[in-house]
Amino acid sequence: MLSRTADNLYWIARYMERADIAARLLEVGSRISLLPGVQGYRSEWDSLLQSSGTADGFAKKYGDPVQRNIESYLFFDRDNPSSVASCITAARENARIVRTALTSQVWDALNTAFQELRQLERTPRSELELSLLTDWVMRHAAMVRGAIDATLLRNDGYNFLNIGYYLERGDNTARLMDVKYYVLLPRVDFVGSGLDNYQWATLLRAMGAQRAFHWAYGGEVTAAKIAHFLILNPQSPRSLITCVAGTNAHLARLAKAYGRATLAQSKAAAILAELETTTVDAIIDEGLHEFLSRFIGESAVLGHLMHECYLSGDVR
Amino acid sequence: MRLIVDHVTRYTYDVPVRGVVQSHRLTPSAFDGQTVLEWSVEVSDGIPGGVFRDGAGDRVQSWSVQGPVSEILVRVRGTVETVDLAGVLRGHREVAKPEVYMQETAPTRVDTALIELSKAAEGAANQLDAAHKLSDAVAEAIAYRPGATTAHTTAAEALALGEGVCQDHAHALIALARHIGIPARYVSGYLFADGDGKQHEAAHAWAELWMPGLGWVGFDPANRCCPDERYIRLGSGLDALNAAPIRGTARGQGQESLDVTVAVVAAQQ
Amino acid sequence: MTSYFNEMYQDGAVRAPYARLEDWMRTMPAEFRQMKQAEAEALFRRIGITFAVYGEGGDPDRLIPFDMFPRVFTATEWGKLERGIKQRARALNAFLVDVYGRGEIVRAGRIPARLVYQNEAYEKAVVGFVPPKGVYSHIVGIDLVRTGAEDFFVLEDNCRTPSGVSYMLENREIMMRMFPDLFRENRIQPVDSYSDRLRRTLASVAPAKCRGEPTVVLLTPGHFNSAYYEHSFLADLMGVELVEGQDLFVEGEYCWMRTTEGPKRVDVIYRRIDDAFLDPLCFNPSSMLGVPGLMDVYRSGGVSICSAPGAGVADDKAVYTYVPEMVRFYLGEEPLLQNVPTWQCAKADDLKYVLDKMEELVVKEVHGSGGYGMLVGPKSSKAEVEAFRHKVMEDPDNYIAQPTLALSTTPTFVQEGIAPRHVDLRPYCLVGESIDLVPGGLTRVALKEGSLVVNSSQGGGVKDTWVLAE
Repeated sequence: MLSRTADNLYWIARYMERADIAARLLEVGSRISLLPGVQGYRSEWDSLLQSSGTADGFAKKYGDPVQRNIESYLFFDRDNPSSVASCITAARENARIVRTALTSQVWDALNTAFQELRQLERTPRSELELSLLTDWVMRHAAMVRGAIDATLLRNDGYNFLNIGYYLERGDNTARLMDVKYYVLLPRVDFVGSGLDNYQWATLLRAMGAQRAFHWAYGGEVTAAKIAHFLILNPQSPRSLITCVAGTNAHLARLAKAYGRATLAQSKAAAILAELETTTVDAIIDEGLHEFLSRFIGESAVLGHLMHECYLSGDVR
Repeated sequence: MRLIVDHVTRYTYDVPVRGVVQSHRLTPSAFDGQTVLEWSVEVSDGIPGGVFRDGAGDRVQSWSVQGPVSEILVRVRGTVETVDLAGVLRGHREVAKPEVYMQETAPTRVDTALIELSKAAEGAANQLDAAHKLSDAVAEAIAYRPGATTAHTTAAEALALGEGVCQDHAHALIALARHIGIPARYVSGYLFADGDGKQHEAAHAWAELWMPGLGWVGFDPANRCCPDERYIRLGSGLDALNAAPIRGTARGQGQESLDVTVAVVAAQQ
Repeated sequence: MTSYFNEMYQDGAVRAPYARLEDWMRTMPAEFRQMKQAEAEALFRRIGITFAVYGEGGDPDRLIPFDMFPRVFTATEWGKLERGIKQRARALNAFLVDVYGRGEIVRAGRIPARLVYQNEAYEKAVVGFVPPKGVYSHIVGIDLVRTGAEDFFVLEDNCRTPSGVSYMLENREIMMRMFPDLFRENRIQPVDSYSDRLRRTLASVAPAKCRGEPTVVLLTPGHFNSAYYEHSFLADLMGVELVEGQDLFVEGEYCWMRTTEGPKRVDVIYRRIDDAFLDPLCFNPSSMLGVPGLMDVYRSGGVSICSAPGAGVADDKAVYTYVPEMVRFYLGEEPLLQNVPTWQCAKADDLKYVLDKMEELVVKEVHGSGGYGMLVGPKSSKAEVEAFRHKVMEDPDNYIAQPTLALSTTPTFVQEGIAPRHVDLRPYCLVGESIDLVPGGLTRVALKEGSLVVNSSQGGGVKDTWVLAE
């Protein structure tokens, strides 16, 4: 297919996933703010901005992180390229360009999200509960995803969409953990006192995974269990290994369809091989922050290779 | 006269570019005034494109170079036998009608000063006389001074400045001629510097004006003459850009710098 | 008071093609009509067929109003039109091949050299080139108006990239969906083969070097263009890639598109961008839309471009006057379709007449389109006429004038019920190895009462156009 079409599909997926994660962050933030006397409340919000990579842009525009402003910034602000509004608009515009590569159901789902967003933008903020907004995003993200899974032809375009989803999701999981990596650090002052309840709850909630976690592990929450769940557990829908395996699967389908593999396949395979053979202990030995930084870097390399090997148009 | 040409253009990019495409008008025209004995165009790592003769009779060939690339060398070498036809483009085959060359372009647009200068042709005995008078007027009004103007200077600007190079002379003459109803066009080529004491550029340009009965006739205001056996004609166009021997573009962020050397010498006979 | 030809009623009786619609119209309850109108609009919006007006800003997702009352021709009426349209399309192409070649028509003194060779739309870059099958204009959109039962006039020719055909197809689609009974009762010739025929036409002019099934692409300026919907719609119907300039590149003797599997050769480009933006090496050096080197590949026979660069010289409004002459000169036939008498302000006598009678005339810019830069004398205020008179005097070469034509009307749904509104017609003639016309076209309707301007940018709407079977 046309490289530019593949690029548009890939970015539809990345933007929708990004909108979804922005909404999840908002939800987590608002929950924490509801808790009485939470220490480090401000740093909580700040870490949310950090994890979505928007802290600098926010500081430039608003200064101190005030909840109201953060909500506007993460949801409606067009100056923030990662805001829900920016992402949904960008996803829909990418879709409009490649309308003919989508089914009417997928287009409908994206277009409806966009049209409703415009309604929301016209509604006075005082009438909009944050929980309503975040639910709205997650619902539409799921509807788009569902329309893709249910109706789209399983051709190369489908693979590019899925690779976009998996890459974005893996990257977000890693960033979210990295911002909170100190929570999982078995530091001296944590020994025997257990983890800060709010902190780990925050992390799991952001992944929409606190229940799943309990079902999967039960018992006491430990750093090692959370790290395992979010990095190495192939049952966890947002774990790094799930995302990398998904990327690999769709890259493999591309290689088969095109009759040739590229550097993207070898890179993805290398990342997966490492995750499949490592252990939580090894990761903690290396240092969680170091491990996650490395993963984020590798993931960026893979993104770059996707561009070079498929999307840039310079493929030979 | 037997002239030997060695023309090298070197493009360098500070950052490698993803690809380059060029369109060349680098083959001497076929007409009674010149016969090509030997001619070659080489492009480093270049993939030759299709060849065709355009409506004005010029042989055009495109070239492409696959990136990443940071240097491209275009080398033109050859030998041409020339004779003096007093500027007349005799025996040249082309389809384009002279009227096409009445179309104004940005660098050849007249202003009040150019219109004033075109009055030099008043009282001319005939078209040919008028053409000579205009060519002389341009030579008088614009002194030859390299570096005074750029590739983007218009005829009107060069006249206001009172200085310029062959490109400015040609543009000015074209503007004047079209203004008084004579079809005119820009010609690019080479000029043999024969040590007559005058300054020449080996890569040269002049104008051709349409003379009923004679057809296209060359005028070189820069040297106050009509092209003779020292001239090699490559191609023509509405203005310098339109007649450029090499037009090209690179894909990528790299900044391009250009280095051109042209040598035209007479063969020992 | 001018009288207008009403296509449905003549001398108090219903004309044959509309016979069955009379009943449909009379028995339709108002609520049902409103419901259907809302349904149509919802369908259009859902499909996403919208039209952005150049230079007007506003809502880029604006819909062109769709009128549900069809415009109808009998097979006999259409047969006559069809012959005239095909004749004209052939003559226009013969003219183009001629003026980029030997220029016989100019030599014969049938059209002034200046008008052709000094025309802005005359492309020096293609002089001496004969495109495959000798076709320059592959899709000829001929704008027609009707003034009587037997009287049709050509308003203008569109030889470059006439737009609007997606409306012809979508209007039909929506009518069939909403009123299936109408299609059972009336024997209406289908138009949906247009996209196949277009593809066949384009494939038929592939370069001689092309072996096997040619790869056709549709080149769009991009998704910000007001006609992007149509571009993507047509590409999809034909099953060809919709590309932008950046998706194509030139290497060696061919043009290629950038795909995820590497370069794929392109044989035919149906371009919906202007000549000036095709190739920065040849035309506008600052254009980011085009494909550098494309014209060299085109001229050396590596790729076909439809319509061929330079085709615009045939649809120039000043050249228009000479089209009947072209029919006689190239085909040795008498023109079947008439021109509207036209005054060229470039001519002193004509200019004087136009300035004198401006309040009775329609005055247009020679290179204008879309209903911009024109004056409808009888519908304009004194001040507007005066202002326009100054514009014409400043640059007479840039204007032509025509009598205000008594455009025919067809019944149209309006706020108050049904009322006659003025219409025109644009059929799309396909020229390739053979010449082809689907029975139908785009009917544009001036929705404002009394208005004669049908352009969508000026409050015009569209209708489904029926050609009945024998």
